[in-house]
Amino acid sequence: MKNINKVLFGGLSVLSMATLVACESDKAESADKEQAPFVEIDKNPYPSTYKALASLPTLITNVTLVDGIGGITENTSVLLAEGKIKAIGNNLDAAGAKVIDGKGKWLTPGIIDVHSHLGVYPSPGTGSHADGNEMTKPVTAAVWAEHSIWPQDPGFRRALAGGVTTLQVLPGSANLVGGRSVTVKNLPGRVIQDMKFPDAPYGLKMACGENPKRVYGKKGGPMTRMGNVAGYRQAWIDAKAYQESWAKYKADYEAGKDAKAPKRDLNKETLAGVLDGEILVHMHCYRADDMGTMMDLMKEFDYQITSFQHAVEAYKIADRLAENNICSAMWADWWGFKMEAYDGIRENVAFVEQAKACAIVHSDSATGIQRLNQEAAKAWADGVNAGVDISKAQAWTWLTSNAAKSLGIFEQTGSIETGKNADVVLWTADPFSTYSHAEKVFIDGGLAFDMNSPETWPVSDYELGQVAEGDQK
Amino acid sequence: MSKLTLTALATITALSVSGVANAEKLAIIGGTVHTMTKRGVIENATVLVENGVITKIIGQEISTDNSYRVIDAKGKVVTPGFIGAFTSLGLVEVGSWAGIVDAQAKSDLNAALDATLAVTPDSTLRNITRIEGITSAATSLYGSDSMFKGRGAMITLGDNDEPVTKKRAFMVVDLSARGAHHSGESRAAMWFNFRTALNEAIYAQRIDFTPQTEWSGTLSKENVKALIPVIKGDIPLLVEVHRAVDIRRIIHMTKNFPRLNITLVGATEAWRVADEIAKAGFEVILNPESNLPSSFDNNGATLANAGRLHEAGVPVAIGMNTHNIRLAPQHTGNAVANGLPWQAGLEALTTVPAKIYGIDDQYGSLKPGMKADIVVWSGDPLEVTVSPTNVIINGDEVPLESRQTKLRDRYLKIDKEKPQQYTRP
Repeated sequence: MKNINKVLFGGLSVLSMATLVACESDKAESADKEQAPFVEIDKNPYPSTYKALASLPTLITNVTLVDGIGGITENTSVLLAEGKIKAIGNNLDAAGAKVIDGKGKWLTPGIIDVHSHLGVYPSPGTGSHADGNEMTKPVTAAVWAEHSIWPQDPGFRRALAGGVTTLQVLPGSANLVGGRSVTVKNLPGRVIQDMKFPDAPYGLKMACGENPKRVYGKKGGPMTRMGNVAGYRQAWIDAKAYQESWAKYKADYEAGKDAKAPKRDLNKETLAGVLDGEILVHMHCYRADDMGTMMDLMKEFDYQITSFQHAVEAYKIADRLAENNICSAMWADWWGFKMEAYDGIRENVAFVEQAKACAIVHSDSATGIQRLNQEAAKAWADGVNAGVDISKAQAWTWLTSNAAKSLGIFEQTGSIETGKNADVVLWTADPFSTYSHAEKVFIDGGLAFDMNSPETWPVSDYELGQVAEGDQK
Repeated sequence: MSKLTLTALATITALSVSGVANAEKLAIIGGTVHTMTKRGVIENATVLVENGVITKIIGQEISTDNSYRVIDAKGKVVTPGFIGAFTSLGLVEVGSWAGIVDAQAKSDLNAALDATLAVTPDSTLRNITRIEGITSAATSLYGSDSMFKGRGAMITLGDNDEPVTKKRAFMVVDLSARGAHHSGESRAAMWFNFRTALNEAIYAQRIDFTPQTEWSGTLSKENVKALIPVIKGDIPLLVEVHRAVDIRRIIHMTKNFPRLNITLVGATEAWRVADEIAKAGFEVILNPESNLPSSFDNNGATLANAGRLHEAGVPVAIGMNTHNIRLAPQHTGNAVANGLPWQAGLEALTTVPAKIYGIDDQYGSLKPGMKADIVVWSGDPLEVTVSPTNVIINGDEVPLESRQTKLRDRYLKIDKEKPQQYTRP
């Protein structure tokens, strides 16, 4: 059933902008002259203007390489050139490349944080800048996080110093449907378009449980979990009808009828994008039973939940998460700040890994994002102590390849393999140590941060002329 | 390795302390012992414990008689139990939307608020915290509707019916922007109100209050009475503050109130006035990971804060959290990664908080006569991958169990044949 839907209704969506333009002109020639021009929705009206930093070919030698897909190689070399990972191994032909001796150091793919509110809840935490939660009605699929992000948030630079090369910025979790997320490269830009990860799909933030009922309980509802679920179901029913109205328009138009395009509805447009398989659902859920209900919901409406975010109780249903192909993005040890976080355990990530489900370590924090290597290290050590056999190399997939897969960008980043974007971090030592630093951070081959060269440290506009401008952070 | 036998050491059992029932006799043998005293680090040492106190630390491995429970610490690291420097342990179970949170009070009694009256030993946070090496803590309210948050207590995380080891041990006042929020929405009002409160306490020292006593101060009788031990320097005043200028102001105030025994809390910009703080003799409790300009109070935030303060001679304590105070060693490790010497890091978790709260005669170091709060670690305790293998509180080895470990054990293998609730780990 799912595949048939995709064929029937997904046809429009897979077309890129370039082919859309071509289609329109083709149609204009062949269509009935009485037909108005076919109405096509521009799905990318705020395109990325990202440009990589200038870079020189760089050879990192003698390094311990963690490839981000489960492998670890001692004493090897990696060549970065033209923004890509050009070659891996020994005796590489790297004439003219800048050589960095990586002896005693570790090289990993850049960390990808799948859950951040940098920019939408920036520092300083003023009401003026708090643009992360459109708490006006339970379903705000129409809003896009990228329209809130303040690229001058000093938090981006702090995350860079922690080896974060890519992050997903999400709206907050007050709403059943919070709005679209955006995936950005962690290279500070003047406008958010400069940071947008080229060709990354959009995500949709949804939220289970306590937050929506707490926020809306006295504002017309939902005020219960059953009210939450009724809200999601109605939203999907409306989105399906909207999706079908556009499909009908297209079919009628192609049949030569004088069809009128439906009125656009931004809320339903985003939800229909999920039903079309173009927009990935990242759902904030803590409790196992909530996640169970959401898995039924996705089957009822024939879409895929890409990830549960926070997933504090994922360990209770790790087998079902594996069966349903849903990632869990988790903290190493946050617990107890609200009832739905009360059953948090330190082995959560390891148990999800053990069940062969997709495990991700995320931050949801402007300070936690700076030390995701340590968060993964804790989760790894706790798992090992509990008897779960996981290697460090496997644990690193929680920060890179699994994260990239859940954001739909694994073809470009998330592992050190030839041809991938040169998003890599050189660590001063084993990054499973508290004392290890991200010494050099490369994004698309450009040196975005070097802890030993203060001139490479980005300083946000906000921090210029303030106390401690340009200081060690 | 030659071994002495215990019976050869007559002095070992000579020291006995009454009043602690059923405490085990323990011998922790073979570890690298960080005494946090002048004896420094002792390799392959033996720590002996009886009746809840440390009786002897011997610079070699020994063999003991059967009366001792032996803990093999070979290849491991032994430290004093860590002290939660600034927590609300025992005062909060779940902070958000889950019933009463004793750590937040809405009351006219502000300076007089007393954490002692609210602490419970049965909090799920106790075991979750202690199995990670935190064996005692300062606990206080984190919210009130004035700049004062009342009087905090020292607690043990051992299996005691009465966890409070020192009641009304310190006073907390918030003189950051958050304090100003509760005091006229301006520092112009807050500092005036604070000074007035201290002045009233000076006057109140001479009054023997009864319900009939006439008193026209701005503070209530109960509140002003609570400030008397503060103004006399009998209990420390913990001042939450961030801006450098505000730290200078509190230093300046000590000229008029010279007996105040002040510890700064938070102190994001303390590094900017490190020399002045050192000269004033204040300790600082901080979160070394605060490096964001989270408000106009914190523009000078840097990971180097702890290291710079230490270099200037300011004693630094680390550990500001409650549910995750167990992360204090990680926070300390990050301070060490950013300039704090490792030894000062260990002091930040042991001797410095003990000294701040005036309990260093019993807690924070390992020597004969001290409370037997001892942790054996699998390695360097500041490493995120290291954890305790043995935790001793008041001389008793506590099981490394908590509600969380029980959940872990229940779900380690998901049983699809029967409901999980029939699995009792």
